[in-house]
Amino acid sequence: MGKLPKWADYALIPFLNVLLAFFVSGLVVLFIGEDPIKAMGIMLKGSLGSPRAIGYTLYYATNFIFTGLAVAVAFHARLFNIGGEGQAGVAGLGVAFVCMYVDWPHWSLALPAAIIGAALFAGIWAAIPAYLQSKRGSHIVITTIMFNYIAAALLVYMLVNVIKDPGSMSPQTRAFVPGSVLPTAKEMLGWIGVDFPRSPINISFLLAIAACFGVWILIWKSRLGYEIRAFGHSESAAGYAGISGFKITMIAMTISGSLAGLMAINTVMGEGKRLVLDPVEGAGFIGIAVALIGRSHPLGVFLAAILFGMLYQGGFDLSFDMPKVSREMILVIQALVILFTGALENLVRMPVTRLFLRFTKGAA
Amino acid sequence: MDFNTILQILDSTLRLTPPLLLACLAGLYSERAGVFDIGLEGKMLVAAFFAGAVAAVSGYAWVGLAAAIAASTVMALLHGFASITLRGNQLISGVAINFLAAGGTALIGLNWFRQGTQTPQLNGSARFSEITLPFADSIHSIPYLGPIYADLLSGHWIISYIAFLAVPFTWWLLFHTRFGLRLRAVGENPEAVDTAGISVIWMRYRAVIITGILCGIAGAYLSTCMNAGFVKNMTAGKGFIALAALIFAKWKPWSAMWACLLFGFLEAISIRFPNLEIPGIGTIPVQFMQALPYILTVVILAGFVGKAIPPKAGGEAYVKER
Repeated sequence: MGKLPKWADYALIPFLNVLLAFFVSGLVVLFIGEDPIKAMGIMLKGSLGSPRAIGYTLYYATNFIFTGLAVAVAFHARLFNIGGEGQAGVAGLGVAFVCMYVDWPHWSLALPAAIIGAALFAGIWAAIPAYLQSKRGSHIVITTIMFNYIAAALLVYMLVNVIKDPGSMSPQTRAFVPGSVLPTAKEMLGWIGVDFPRSPINISFLLAIAACFGVWILIWKSRLGYEIRAFGHSESAAGYAGISGFKITMIAMTISGSLAGLMAINTVMGEGKRLVLDPVEGAGFIGIAVALIGRSHPLGVFLAAILFGMLYQGGFDLSFDMPKVSREMILVIQALVILFTGALENLVRMPVTRLFLRFTKGAA
Repeated sequence: MDFNTILQILDSTLRLTPPLLLACLAGLYSERAGVFDIGLEGKMLVAAFFAGAVAAVSGYAWVGLAAAIAASTVMALLHGFASITLRGNQLISGVAINFLAAGGTALIGLNWFRQGTQTPQLNGSARFSEITLPFADSIHSIPYLGPIYADLLSGHWIISYIAFLAVPFTWWLLFHTRFGLRLRAVGENPEAVDTAGISVIWMRYRAVIITGILCGIAGAYLSTCMNAGFVKNMTAGKGFIALAALIFAKWKPWSAMWACLLFGFLEAISIRFPNLEIPGIGTIPVQFMQALPYILTVVILAGFVGKAIPPKAGGEAYVKER
């Protein structure tokens, strides 16, 4: 395969892939008997039309940034971490423990502790499959899928039998004390005198941006990142260069898992203020789509996460205004995006590469 | 525990096993030919939907079955196109197919029947009926053997029997025919097959089509045998349990049957005894029983109980040498 300029590789091809995915999604809407252009308008208005809508969009995007970065970091080591869903779920337990058993006086103390709790639980949950892959040869994709199901069962067990709020009918923990609830954008912007409506977006969004920056430093500016990329590029070459495959697999997966786990900060501490059943709601899987569109680059992940945040929030309005296009449409769009940017990538890449080759030949 | 309870649990096992077994064998063909398939779940779900929908519209379970097979095969061909022709990532393609199935079936169901996301209740000829094996009534009175034959082995749906007959058939096809040898060869050493003048691409496509057909039957079982219609997300992870069984069985047909029976048995136990008491250990929570297939797979995959080695060329697209 010939060489593509960087901008085509990182921007043009993902753009065309996403365009194709949205075009097919539009056909699906048309097939259902609705106007796809009108549907898009409703979604845009529903996700960006008001400050409140933007707040919701960014709240969802926060989850997807974390899970997208998780998949992206693992991709750099050529590991496919499909277990973000389970890792984030287990991290929810970690956050719940931190916030339930300590009555935090202030969120600024609770947040670092919760970050450690989430990252620790999720990191360990991801490190086990990593260990099993590099020491025992079990395929990480299969193990992480299995760990998603085991995590789901564990979460149900814990919530039903161990940490359930005795005063509540449904399986959930007691509400956290005010000292361990994160400030929302409304409060934070209120500090500087800006009026922002009530929405679930909270300080975790800033944490997510920091995580993007951190991953960028890690992957491209640090020695460890170099080793991760070298390992992902060629396992044997990295081995000859003295890079331990076991070490890289363990570290990359632990970081990946921890990042996925951080989304629990947003949902459990920021929004729910208690742990409920299924705190992840598929965000772990959306991370796959986000990392694929974003080409595993933090900036790309950030933009793709915003896009999915818009889809998610706009999808609510869409299902109200067009009852025929239900919430499941989001799942279809997500599937088509994964299909076109991941599995069918060569559908676009091959012709584009051919086109570029013709142009460069013509110029020479 | 008396004889009747044991019989009931085993009967329940035999009712829960066929969809696992069919999906597991489906995965066996694909993975033996070198195409990883984590999209069994999605194909089964699409099949369950079309079986339920078309059976409701046409009034015949057989027509529903045909539609299920067709729909599942289309999904399988999509996976084949992505992973064989376009040399895309087979795992990502599988993930996409699962989401496409989950979203697509609910979306189409909502707009087709307007009953939430379900298909209409099936009855009469729109549903497969249970088959009574010959002489089941007359030998029922023989102690032990009679009830085993009449209550346990008899009285299942045609697809149940197809599922169990597919095991010896698969074993024969894979290990005693030229087709089977070639199918296994493209999964282990595609270069050698290519050198022998056989098309690796076409061979893999045929394997993927078989996968589609078997997943189609598995899905039809869910909505037209076990249940009377399609319910949103009714596969509920069965495709992944089948995948787990496939690894558990080390990609061998007979072992696949035993693995699926074991997982079916575990499910039957957890339905019958939601909180199982084991003397000396205490109460086993139902969530543990539900997670047990996945835990066992992790243990097996890690090689603690015998090593599971996947087909050598699995997961990699074949690029013809020039």
